[in-house]
Amino acid sequence: MSGFTEVAVTVNGRRYSEPVPDRLLLSDFLRHRLGLTGTHVGCEHGVCGSCTVHLDGAAVRSCLLLAVQTDGFDVSTVEGLAGDDGLHPLQEAFREHFALQCGFCTPGILMAAADFLAHNPAPTRNEIAEMLSGHLCRCTGYAPIIDAIAAAAEAGAG
Amino acid sequence: MSGAPAPGTWIGATPHRVEDEALLVGRGRFIDDLSPVPGAMHLGLVRSPFAHARIRGIDAAAAVESPGVLAVLTGADLAAVGRPLGAVIRGATEHRVVAVDVVRYAGEPVAVVVARDRYLAEDAAELVDVDYEPLEAIVDPLAAAEAGHVVSDRSFRYGDPEAEMAGAHTVVRGRFPFGRWTATPVECFGVIADWDHATDSLTVWANFQGPFTLHTVAAGALGLPAARLRLLTPPDSGGSFGTKAGVFGYVVLAGLASKVCGVPVRWIEDRLEHLAAAGSATHRVTDVEAGFAADGELLALRYDVIEDVGAYLRAPEPATLYRMHGSLTGAYAVRHVAARNRVVHTNRCPTGLNRGFGGPQLYLALERIMARGAAALGLDPAEVARRNLIPPEAFPYRTPSGGLYDSGDYAACLDDALEAAGYEKQRRHQADRRAGATTADHRRLGIGLACVVEPSISNMGYISLAETPTERARGWPKSGNAEGATLAMNPLGGVTVRLSTVPQGQGHRTVAAQVAADALGLSPADVEVQSEMDTHVNAWTVSSGNYSSRFAGIGAAAVAEAAERLAGKLRRIAGDVLECAAADVELRDGQARVVGQPDRGVSLRRLAGAAHWNPESLPEGLEPGLAVTAFVSAPNLDPPNDADEVATSAAHGFVVDVAAVEVDTSSGAVRILDYVTVHDAGTLLHPRLVDGQILGSFAHGLGPALLEQTVHDPDGNLLTGSFMDYLCATSTEIPELRILHRCTPSPFTLLGAKGLGEGNTMSAPAAVANAVCDALGIDDLDLPLTAPRIWEALSASDPGDGP
Repeated sequence: MSGFTEVAVTVNGRRYSEPVPDRLLLSDFLRHRLGLTGTHVGCEHGVCGSCTVHLDGAAVRSCLLLAVQTDGFDVSTVEGLAGDDGLHPLQEAFREHFALQCGFCTPGILMAAADFLAHNPAPTRNEIAEMLSGHLCRCTGYAPIIDAIAAAAEAGAG
Repeated sequence: MSGAPAPGTWIGATPHRVEDEALLVGRGRFIDDLSPVPGAMHLGLVRSPFAHARIRGIDAAAAVESPGVLAVLTGADLAAVGRPLGAVIRGATEHRVVAVDVVRYAGEPVAVVVARDRYLAEDAAELVDVDYEPLEAIVDPLAAAEAGHVVSDRSFRYGDPEAEMAGAHTVVRGRFPFGRWTATPVECFGVIADWDHATDSLTVWANFQGPFTLHTVAAGALGLPAARLRLLTPPDSGGSFGTKAGVFGYVVLAGLASKVCGVPVRWIEDRLEHLAAAGSATHRVTDVEAGFAADGELLALRYDVIEDVGAYLRAPEPATLYRMHGSLTGAYAVRHVAARNRVVHTNRCPTGLNRGFGGPQLYLALERIMARGAAALGLDPAEVARRNLIPPEAFPYRTPSGGLYDSGDYAACLDDALEAAGYEKQRRHQADRRAGATTADHRRLGIGLACVVEPSISNMGYISLAETPTERARGWPKSGNAEGATLAMNPLGGVTVRLSTVPQGQGHRTVAAQVAADALGLSPADVEVQSEMDTHVNAWTVSSGNYSSRFAGIGAAAVAEAAERLAGKLRRIAGDVLECAAADVELRDGQARVVGQPDRGVSLRRLAGAAHWNPESLPEGLEPGLAVTAFVSAPNLDPPNDADEVATSAAHGFVVDVAAVEVDTSSGAVRILDYVTVHDAGTLLHPRLVDGQILGSFAHGLGPALLEQTVHDPDGNLLTGSFMDYLCATSTEIPELRILHRCTPSPFTLLGAKGLGEGNTMSAPAAVANAVCDALGIDDLDLPLTAPRIWEALSASDPGDGP
């Protein structure tokens, strides 16, 4: 059994302060405590990338973090990606390029791509493929995802 | 909406997917996102670490005392309230969802913990103490056959293969093993089960994909009349590729656990469980013999197949072996073929649906032996293919084993592919490189072809080929493949569609809206499509679901048929209002108008209002209501006949791949330089979604060609139980795919469409194997063609100083 620790974390701009079981994964905290089910769990060992969220702006795997480790941090998830004025350019580009099929891996890829473009606003296709190789997608064969990220970069998403 | 076409021509357009926005903003609704019943307890499964062992005892005392635990259930507890899973073949090893007395594969469930949350369930699962007596395990299919673990042994003969083989100018032989791999989706299995003791019925939510034959199997194992098993699927499912057909076993497991404990339960599979126990493609070893005339004509084929289905024959197996039976001769006009099919049990996880489903295994053997035949005859493989392709005038073409190919122009597809690939130039380049090669040059060029017929819309009767005609005669004949869809127009003229095709990302809702819009003269935006299955609500048959690439051919056809019937009804009502014949009414832009008189019309909204609010106004004899359910059945899918001939599928696309590879003999690494694929899938309903399916199925073909395999050690321990060990192809391993299309509409499907979601999974392993073997001049290379495997093969072929 595990104890509880008080955690104060901001998620998508909203502040939460509550006792959290020490061993609770960040992915489970987001999904089952906060109801943010857009973050998906595909492997729980850090390979598939579906659970990727931002921790103070950096892409991290929420299945490899404990919720208590986010105390004092700013977390953002796919639910926070679109603005009040509509979809994020990456989301638009994914729709335009048919870059998703089942959509299960998509939230993690969107979050990773947003962080990637923030640091590399004009990437080559190879650089995009390298970044994307940290994510598993079994539907698309990846090419449409690379197209979408490249298009979003051109549209100034970074 | 992109690509907005003229009214009535949405089929073939490329609108954005209606599925996308929710998925992009994190509002998808997958199984683990649902809480359809309050208070569901979580299941944690205890699984066998041994591939074969006797269970001497299970001590669950500590687990039961663990915090938050309601119960620990053993196989005996569930066997007391349930039944074994029904199998396709009598005499198969009895299969229960939780093992009783003996475990037969590593990962088989032996106990079920029911606890307040998943963490507590997993804590308690570790405390369950199972006393095993390990037994000898058999992992290799050939060893299983030798040991007599054969559950089915059937021989087939069409034409006179012995005589043709005896008279052949050249006979080539080969053994082509195709090991296990799994198309493994990124979302694992999930089930939420709620047994109601008041009515003795079960409601289950599960990311099951069909076929709904398995609903019947599940109901049988639950001991329920089928009407008391209500099975629902969530709005979204995170991929399947066949795999999630296997969810039905867990529907039974969770249902029985809910029944015993009297509470609703939920189980979400983790990745380690999935890779160990969800299922995989069969491991098939094919010995094949091909006889050729001197000019390259293929005269006869003989197969000897051993198919490892794992520890239990899980329905619908041995379907992997028979799905391609009508296509034993592939794309070729050869009339003489024989096959012996043995299905064997091993101590490995039961196999099941997996993208390509029998096609990759068949075509690896057939296309490799075609390449070997060409080499033995000193002919170019493209010429040998062309010499043997079924000619366009032969369609519809009956294959020797009973397949009925609907349409195609195979030679034209081959020409397209060779031209796009620059095949002659590639061959010249290869010859130049070989002529100028020095010992310091480690890079070898190879070119590989694959010509594959891609069947879709499976005949539900083909599986009965596993029985002899006499055995079949004792049961009911099975045939066909039917699908239903429901369309309804609400009082304001809006249209809803309900599908039973259970998509996992293929965009069925988008395409159904296009199809309905065309029939009703609307825009797809006016049509709301639901794709959740509810077996108490939807129009479905045993063949419903998402497999055998059946949506375009039969799923969309059911929508078209229902929409046409609704349109016919609207035309009758409009004809009454407009005082013209129903046949003179056209539906366009939300209006019903008299043809040729654009100003004489009435809105669909008004017609719908009349039908709902004022049924007294309807034409004499017209049934009130605007909901239409239509079923369509694919034609020509008779049960197998006494000669064991069967049309295994209703539609047949065609795929030609040309792969150019470079193999580095110093490392064994394979690099794909160029890859061209030409498809004929008949009428394309949404070309962008079509290309998406092709790209995905190509990735699933390259995986087992180069990287992916499910590996067990000789004791049956799984060595690929995580994504660190089971290497899914990633974005850096998949080369650009150049896609070309040709179109010969199917005469056998309502919209002329053929399935296309599996073709490159069938063709790519063969094309890549042919290319690598061509590069190295080596005949025997087992998949996947990893660098170490190639390096070892080169070392073995050159024992002197290594490659």
